Amino acid sequence: MALFLVNVLDGLVTGLLLFMLCSGLTLIFSMMGVLNFAHASFYMLGAYFAYQISLVTGFWAGLIIAPLVVGVIGAGIERYGLRRVHKFGHVPELIFTFGLALLIEEAVQFFWGKSQLPFSEPEALDFAAFAIAGNAFPAYKVFMIFVAMGIFLTLLYILTKTRIGMTIQAALSYPETVQNLGHNVPLVFMCVFGVGTAMAGLAGVIAGPVLGVFPGMAVQLGSIVFVTIVIGGLGSLWGALVASLIIGWMQTFATAYDVTAEQILTAIGFTKPELIWDHPLQDLWTLTLPQLGPILPYLLMVIVLVLRPQGLMGKRES
Amino acid sequence: MSLASKTPLTAGTSRLISLSNTMPWAFAALFLLCLPFVFQSNSALTIMNQMAITIVFALSYNMLLGQGGMLSFGHAVYMGLGGFFAMHVMNMVEGGLWLPLPLLPIVGGLFGLIFAFLIGSFSTRRAGTVFAMISLGVGELIAACSVIIVVFFGGEEGISGDRTMGPPVFGYEFLTQQEVYYLTIFWLLLATLLMYLFSRTPIGRITNAVRDNEERAEFLGYSQRNVRWISFCASGFFAGVAGSLFAINFEILTEENLNLATSGSILLVTFIGGAGFFVGPIIGAVVFTLLQTVLGLHTELWSLYLGILFVSCVMFFPSGFAGLVAMHRRPFALGKLHLLIKPYLKAAIPVVTSVLSLAAILEILFHKRHGYGGDHEMVLYGIAFDSSGYQAIAMAAVIAAISLFLVSRILPEIRAAWDSANHAESRT
Repeated sequence: MALFLVNVLDGLVTGLLLFMLCSGLTLIFSMMGVLNFAHASFYMLGAYFAYQISLVTGFWAGLIIAPLVVGVIGAGIERYGLRRVHKFGHVPELIFTFGLALLIEEAVQFFWGKSQLPFSEPEALDFAAFAIAGNAFPAYKVFMIFVAMGIFLTLLYILTKTRIGMTIQAALSYPETVQNLGHNVPLVFMCVFGVGTAMAGLAGVIAGPVLGVFPGMAVQLGSIVFVTIVIGGLGSLWGALVASLIIGWMQTFATAYDVTAEQILTAIGFTKPELIWDHPLQDLWTLTLPQLGPILPYLLMVIVLVLRPQGLMGKRES
Repeated sequence: MSLASKTPLTAGTSRLISLSNTMPWAFAALFLLCLPFVFQSNSALTIMNQMAITIVFALSYNMLLGQGGMLSFGHAVYMGLGGFFAMHVMNMVEGGLWLPLPLLPIVGGLFGLIFAFLIGSFSTRRAGTVFAMISLGVGELIAACSVIIVVFFGGEEGISGDRTMGPPVFGYEFLTQQEVYYLTIFWLLLATLLMYLFSRTPIGRITNAVRDNEERAEFLGYSQRNVRWISFCASGFFAGVAGSLFAINFEILTEENLNLATSGSILLVTFIGGAGFFVGPIIGAVVFTLLQTVLGLHTELWSLYLGILFVSCVMFFPSGFAGLVAMHRRPFALGKLHLLIKPYLKAAIPVVTSVLSLAAILEILFHKRHGYGGDHEMVLYGIAFDSSGYQAIAMAAVIAAISLFLVSRILPEIRAAWDSANHAESRT
């Protein structure tokens, strides 16, 4: 039971982290109708910038400055890159962001090299917040939960309760009408893109010390982020939240419980072949749940798409 | 009714087999046959084989992207699976199954077709973003499975085989690289011809219609999903052929053959070459393989340059290299191509120097940051110098600035020449 609780909390951390990326991506998608393939690359840039800044000023300044820098870069890319490609259609836009993802990864390797950087959590948070039956839960993860929740609530408040949020929501569905009412819609789009990428950058800063800062971190998380918003339903913020939490828990529990296929198969009544290493079904027998963990999100995506093509909470198919 | 449907078909075939249509193919075949007499080394043959495989793969990818408007992030799955099955069949041939090696690509192609049929059944319902995301998810799924299912995929080290164990074909056992080259170009020509003919069939034409306006195609009575599904299956077949050719050439397949990076690079190849043109992927594959092998020998930064090339291609010339060439068709038809030669020659030197000096800045920066153990000695374009100080980089920056300035001065002249070369009536 104690282990179960620890896993619930760990899964929550992973899920919320995923949601910080997915929320920005979903906002950008419902705004421009294009998936930002480079979103996870902005997450990586956030982590790298925070590392570079933390060398000079320490962790806390990096936490604030790095997402701002990432946001400005994101806004610049929207203004001078994406807007240019926009007139060619959605597929070239997607290809552009894909190229951007490649380029950012190469640029990161150019400046910081290929090895993992020593980026660790601040000393002020380097203690165990509490313990569940002997399993210590680090304060840094509590901090991560609070940051992610704080961001989510702020976003929700801004989008639903403020004037700016109303304008953004209106611009998402009727850009021409909002433009005719005298709002600068391209500026709104640029700002939303900047804020979305800044959120990805912030996620990178707080995830860096836990998941590691290395050039593969964008690829590692990138496809999971897309899978999450496809499962949740493209363009649905609540769907993204639900799907992020499902995937966070699924992956945490899959790695935590070492269930092997052998146990299940013998429980059903099969007997294990003696010469397992030459057996055609060897993989079926040696399969373990932690091994399956990484492919579960993709499997879930295929199942969801076959049964419910619009995603869990999506309204339309396209 | 039958008569009415027959007439355009026969009209189509008679157009297909004319001299002007067959000449380029004959030239291509002759050119490919003669190449080994010019480049005789084994490494050159390997590069050419790799190029041929990339061409087949890129052309099959362009059946989706260029002809069907389907952006796939997981096309390596079909090439990889086709290749893995071909490799297993090759090992069965070693165990006694009778199958001459030149027929192996059919086997790999059929497996590519089967998987494209299965996956296409749910992924081709929509084009655009949804299709792209499903292809990404399926690609990741299969790539992740390949590490788990060791019996079939061979885990980390992959599976390998021996191509020479099959029955000899006209006395050839495919021991030398040259024999493999001829086998590869035979399949290259055959696959390219078939893919070209596919794009000319009614189904190929309807695929274009669905790409341009799926709703109108539906009103004409064509199911957009079925049309996409059929071209997806055909594309999967040729990807499987490319995979089998890979298996024959390199005699090993690993997880790398079906992962996301391979899928991404084939998108890059196709787009740089020009997705809107049939020859685009061929140009792209040749350029990409040359960059990878030749530039890769000289600099660690080749993939950075490739990324820059790709992004600037998407931003500034989205129709790729083939599009750049095709832009000159109109001046050529007007007989005004000569107007462009002088400004192009004028621009050539500043453009080349600015590219080289910008690359030099990157190279020196990279050397400064990652110089091994305080080694500051650096050789660039045949000049040896010390990279630690600021002299070298300052010099490169000055050259870059001057040549960029010159380019910006010549641009208006090119634009004016371009305008006058594209105007039919000349004011004299």
